[in-house]
Amino acid sequence: MSTTPSDRTLGMGARLRSRLGSLSLSVYGVLGFLFLYLPIVILVIFSFNDSRSTSQWAGFTTDWYRQMIEDRQIILSLWNSLFVAIISTAIATVLGTLAAMAMERYSFRGKMAMDAVLYLPIIIPDIAMAIMLLIFFNVSGIGFQPWEVQFFGNRLAVPYSVIIGHVAFNISFVAVVVRARLANMDRTLEEAAQDLYANTWQTFRRVTLPMLMPGILGGALLAFTLSLDDFVITFFTSGAGFNTLPVRVFGMIRRGVTPKINAVSTLMLAGSFLLILISIISRMRSGEDEDAIQFGL
Amino acid sequence: MSEECAVELRDVVKAFGPFVAVNHVSLQIRDGEFFSLLGPSGCGKTTSLRMIAGFEMPTSGHIYIGGAQQGYLPPNKRPVNTVFQQYALFPHMTVAQNVAFGLEMSHANKGEIGRRVHEALEMVHLGGLGTRKPKQLSGGQQQRVALARALVNRPKVLLLDEPLGALDLKLRKAMQIELKNLQEQVGITFIYVTHDQEEALTMSDRIAVMDKGQVLQVAEPEALYEQPTHRFTADFIGETNFIPARVAALSPTILVELAGGIRLPAGWVEPGIAVGDRVMLSVRPEKINLYEAHELEELTATTCRVRGVVERLVYVGTDTHHTVRLESGDRVVARLQNLHVDEEPWEMGEATTVQWEAAHGRVFKEA
Ligand SMILES: Nc1ncnc2c1ncn2[C@@H]1O[C@H](COP(=O)(O)OP(=O)(O)O)[C@@H](O)[C@H]1O
Ligand SMILES: [Mg+2]
Repeated sequence: MSTTPSDRTLGMGARLRSRLGSLSLSVYGVLGFLFLYLPIVILVIFSFNDSRSTSQWAGFTTDWYRQMIEDRQIILSLWNSLFVAIISTAIATVLGTLAAMAMERYSFRGKMAMDAVLYLPIIIPDIAMAIMLLIFFNVSGIGFQPWEVQFFGNRLAVPYSVIIGHVAFNISFVAVVVRARLANMDRTLEEAAQDLYANTWQTFRRVTLPMLMPGILGGALLAFTLSLDDFVITFFTSGAGFNTLPVRVFGMIRRGVTPKINAVSTLMLAGSFLLILISIISRMRSGEDEDAIQFGL
Repeated sequence: MSEECAVELRDVVKAFGPFVAVNHVSLQIRDGEFFSLLGPSGCGKTTSLRMIAGFEMPTSGHIYIGGAQQGYLPPNKRPVNTVFQQYALFPHMTVAQNVAFGLEMSHANKGEIGRRVHEALEMVHLGGLGTRKPKQLSGGQQQRVALARALVNRPKVLLLDEPLGALDLKLRKAMQIELKNLQEQVGITFIYVTHDQEEALTMSDRIAVMDKGQVLQVAEPEALYEQPTHRFTADFIGETNFIPARVAALSPTILVELAGGIRLPAGWVEPGIAVGDRVMLSVRPEKINLYEAHELEELTATTCRVRGVVERLVYVGTDTHHTVRLESGDRVVARLQNLHVDEEPWEMGEATTVQWEAAHGRVFKEA
């Protein structure tokens, strides 16, 4: 086959176009990346700014972090956040796992309806969920009774309503993650256990649950993160005077933005990174079991 | 029912909705027997095995294990263990933990569990591998773990669902022998599911041939091969020639008539066939000999002899397959052993006479 000159120019044109294409794609990529991460970088940088300004650099200091730690309100709201996250994650993980088992393993009347209801909190806007919960707590008379507890040497007063609210949305996320894992699990493993004289409970305890563990842990981690992160639902279900860290930050911003808020945000950011790191490491550790890696956070 | 029955199926039916997967199956499996369920994929072998294990309940009929009716007993209450098709080893447990599982569930004491797990692993030649995870083993080794995990419980009956299906040919052959030896050594009744007729013939004491949910014939390997009672069995087990014919007489001897008026005696006729019916005469290729006209011996009443032309020769080492076009227009394959190097081979287009003993001709219904 011979190449005519026109063939060759055509080829060059196409090649040039594809080069340009990939170049512009990388430019887009870099811009997109900057757009996402530049604000974060700036936020972190100005948490070390030796000035009240969050836009004019005036030298390095860790003073804002000291102020943050000395601020009783902030520290208390951090403990509140952790307490709500731990309790609601624990409850939601158990209930979500059971819900996933029910949906995946049994057929019963109203299963379709339950399926839809179970996923509702994932789909509907937070604000709608928050208002629903608010009305529910008012009408039901549960109100905003606080749970008075000692938590790592801090006296906390956490409204039950906040914990219930967090459980309500976290169940769905746990159920989704666990169910995905369950759907991929080989049923013959459970049959093998039964064949080896295990009763229903022993089969669950010795085979199903361990196989499900990566999914359950993933779901729990997701629930924990979402709970720490939540503002809208907490804000609406806490009544007066109860702050989690995000609610506290919101309150501070209303009184003016200072680098102390940057410091708190940086702390939360570090916490999030830590959680992601834990999830990646735990996934790598269960990595010999390759289908454990099917659900990222 | 007799005392020495390890497992009995009495008129068992299993339907999935309108689809009947197992259709009125009755089987009596003897104590200590290596019994195979043989049939093509989808014929209901796995379903039958799962009903014995208790994973499926029969739609009707009864299953007895060791003389006791199983009814709705769940799998964990039945004195059988299963080796699953894909092994189903617990991936989160070590090899030793896998093998110990059944003993732990039946509350054996710690010392005994340790000892028996060790024994079982030794028996399948996996001595030092107890601490490995299943993923770290080869397919053949996983297969042995699955065996050890089941056998360690000393069940009355071991159920095996195509346990060698996932192994490559060479390993499969080796494992066939090993499995057979193991069975003789432990003396446990094996019910072995396979679609591989050669595997079934090699290993089994008796074989049940299944097709479309029904058991067609239960027999020892030799009887199954030499005296198949259904056209399906003759076709499925080994190879055979089917020659279309019409029944000319049933007594005193069975006579069938091929196209062109050629009449041949046959050794056996399927029950329910009448004179005049269209049938298939089955003759296995190795039973057929080729002769040149001048070599022919006296014709006796028990010899079938048809003239033909050699059409094709396929050399396969031990044998050469000769395709012969008969006078009647039908083609048959004769499998002749290559015994002598200096033998003058047949050539394509050469005139010949095929001959077989009437006893080797079996007459089946046409469809
Ligand atoms: N749970 C089930 N639901 C519906 N059909 C089934 C089920 N199990 C098996 N079958 C059908 O029953 C037939 C026999 O299946 P099986 O016993 O697995 O065959 P084999 O093991 O001989 O290949 C197949 O056609 C299969 O599709
Ligand atoms: Mg099968």
